[in-house]
Amino acid sequence: MADPRPVVLKLEGITKRFGTLTANDAIGFALHQGEVLALLGENGAGKTTLMNILFGHYTADAGTVEVMGQALPPGQPGAALAAGVGMVHQHFTLADNLTVTENILIGTRPLWRGGLGRAEARARIAALSRDFGLAVHPEAKVRTLSVGECQRVEILKALYREARVLILDEPTAVLTPQETEALFATLKKAVDRGLSIIFISHKLHEVMAVSDRVIVLRHGRVAGEVATAETDRHRLAEMMVGAEVRLPAPSLARPGSALMELDAVSTPPEGTRPGLKSVSLALRAGQITGLAGVSGNGQGALADLVSGLAAPSAGRFEVAGARVERWSPRAALQAGVGRIPEDRHATGSIADFTLTENAVLEDYARPPYSRRGWMNWRAARAHAEKIIKDYDVRCPGPEARIRLLSGGNMQKLILGRALETAPRIILANQPVRGLDIGALTYVQDRLIAARDGGAAVLLISEDLDEILALSDVIHVMSEGRLSPGFPRGTKTPAELGVWMAGQGFDHAA
Amino acid sequence: MRLEPVRNASLARRLGLPLLALAFTVVVASVLARLAGADPFATLGLILKGAAGSKFALLETLNRATPLIFTGLAVAVAFRAKLWNIGAEAQLYAGALLTVLVGTQLGLPGPVAIPAMALAAILAGALVLLGPAVLKLRLGVDEVVTTLLLNFIMLLLISMLLEGPLKDPMGMGWPKSPPIPRDARLPRLIEGLRLHWGFGLALIAAVSVWLIQIRTTLGYEIRAVGLNPQAARFAGIPVNRVIVKTALLSGGLAALAGFSEVAGLKGNLTLDLSPGFGYTGIVVAMLALLHPLGVVASAIFVAGVFVGANSMSRAADVPTYIADISVAVALLSMVLAILLTKFRVVRG
Repeated sequence: MADPRPVVLKLEGITKRFGTLTANDAIGFALHQGEVLALLGENGAGKTTLMNILFGHYTADAGTVEVMGQALPPGQPGAALAAGVGMVHQHFTLADNLTVTENILIGTRPLWRGGLGRAEARARIAALSRDFGLAVHPEAKVRTLSVGECQRVEILKALYREARVLILDEPTAVLTPQETEALFATLKKAVDRGLSIIFISHKLHEVMAVSDRVIVLRHGRVAGEVATAETDRHRLAEMMVGAEVRLPAPSLARPGSALMELDAVSTPPEGTRPGLKSVSLALRAGQITGLAGVSGNGQGALADLVSGLAAPSAGRFEVAGARVERWSPRAALQAGVGRIPEDRHATGSIADFTLTENAVLEDYARPPYSRRGWMNWRAARAHAEKIIKDYDVRCPGPEARIRLLSGGNMQKLILGRALETAPRIILANQPVRGLDIGALTYVQDRLIAARDGGAAVLLISEDLDEILALSDVIHVMSEGRLSPGFPRGTKTPAELGVWMAGQGFDHAA
Repeated sequence: MRLEPVRNASLARRLGLPLLALAFTVVVASVLARLAGADPFATLGLILKGAAGSKFALLETLNRATPLIFTGLAVAVAFRAKLWNIGAEAQLYAGALLTVLVGTQLGLPGPVAIPAMALAAILAGALVLLGPAVLKLRLGVDEVVTTLLLNFIMLLLISMLLEGPLKDPMGMGWPKSPPIPRDARLPRLIEGLRLHWGFGLALIAAVSVWLIQIRTTLGYEIRAVGLNPQAARFAGIPVNRVIVKTALLSGGLAALAGFSEVAGLKGNLTLDLSPGFGYTGIVVAMLALLHPLGVVASAIFVAGVFVGANSMSRAADVPTYIADISVAVALLSMVLAILLTKFRVVRG
């Protein structure tokens, strides 16, 4: 593929190791002017590490980065910025209590110059917003912005510094479909003006929609490079995971008795989040119960109830046939509830704990991990090693801090921690959100296997396709109310959409 | 300019920077001594001699380090759980007060009195921190404010007692408590040396706290709650109970500083029992990066600087505030040196 356009960015032989894990292994490629290059790979394939090296957050063990023919000194984000490389991180780097303009100006002016030059800056920001279709109020405090708006500020920040190369790390993970469309339009305008873009993603249809060329990473190596026009989703997926992709096709469920039963259960609302309103639900053994609904309609309240964080304020709540008296996370664990929380970073793990310490987070208080208040770290470590092996967690070792792991590997550890206790009831709240195909099918297969082993699974997801593929019974939530259960195959997505919009409950209630 | 974490800092870096900080302190102290009219080259020798130059000096330093080890441990334990205990001073005085009360009012024989005083002191200190902890958990009251203000409340309470019911009738009118009997004092650690058992107790406390942190479920819980309370709660760790336990442990440790000063050194309670040991405990804990064994080393270092600089100012006949400045410079530059072993400054 001889591209006549000039090379703006060139990586050669980039290698980075964390302990015994090689995150990047001799990666090299070139980015041409006016091109959208997609960097595709599973979680843990080394995409983010590579971009952090390029941007100077990490120092590579070997290899060079060249921008416009000039070698970039390693380990200096300032140098990358000065050379015209702008990065939009997966987790935003904005100051919540400052305005949009102030956030864009941070770091652009020398300390000894008084004032911010707001007027001049505001005019430039307004021009950039207009030219690139990045509508955002320049005097709004960042705290008040939506996720999509924050991302626009990040892009404006890069453009304001006259970036010639824009790196977007998983930019669509947090966007609604409409916002994604708008982002793609912005990217189109940017390349028309001669900017070059690296688009990091693991979502195939987005890569197909937005890129000119795709580089696939697998296990830290370049697994392939193709022009987007000459490939399709299926072939990309194969390159990504190194094997044929299968969709989950669970066998017919054999539901048993109800292991957890809610009868007209209500919970109080929490802030803007609705509580449960007289919800009746039975989680049956050997069955996956899917919970569909628009985000923020009470799924969180139900998840908190099942996981033990909240107790019912009204109604009958039974676990394993017995009415629940005292309900807490520990009570839920003792009752055999395995939990996969919605937010694996904030709720599911402790970033500065090692894998070993995280592996026993729910069980540390009982043998063999502790006896009479004394920890048995050898047993804990053996447990962590078993999870790492059985659940294919890629990591430097059980004594590594979990913050070094990719989202997919972190999720596998959390999944392993929950399933190793052979739970009777499993709460899987957005279990595959943000995961790549490999980790996603792995987690889904494990949930199906747990169901076949007789567990009652409650699957909460905003992805209707996932709910339809996996669930034996589907309920829909809207404003804290729960629809009746619809057996597999009895409702189309459009029919479920009617319930998700809040219609139909009046008749049922 | 910005800071960048250094992984696996070299030995030269880890030893060289603190030495550089010490050298800087000596230079500043020398210049100040010169300005005050003393021989600047003699000051270094005088500081070192005053801190560790003789058996007497060394024991003086260790005696001074003893309360700092206790308050440093108290702060280190609490800060691990993100419980900001700024009130080790109040807990120290609560411990000292109960030590004197039990020692003078109950008339217990020595072998019974000593453990009774220690237990009463621990309970008092624990209760003093329990209040702020409960307010934090129940009402969301910031414990930085409550623990800090309790320091003044406790000092005023003691002042009131020393001017009133606890005043020593034989004290020539000074605001001090009656002394505890001889046989209720802490014995010498080694016969013939001026170092009391409080130091031994401090070492035992440091090792115990270390074992608690790395070996027990409580230590695991404290670290989990400090690092991510949300995940800890989700995992079934009783977060509130852990914070209460941490408060009791921290308050009890700080109170032992008061117990050891009264029963080991002073024999009675006065308003100048602690020249800010509670506050210096924060510096000690930070210098030690909250590591319980590190607290012992950093307490001895801080005590050495205090004792050495005081001795220097006496020997060189310069004002004592030069000693105070030297102490402050030593602490600031040491904190900076330790920071720089973990981070490096990068331009751009």
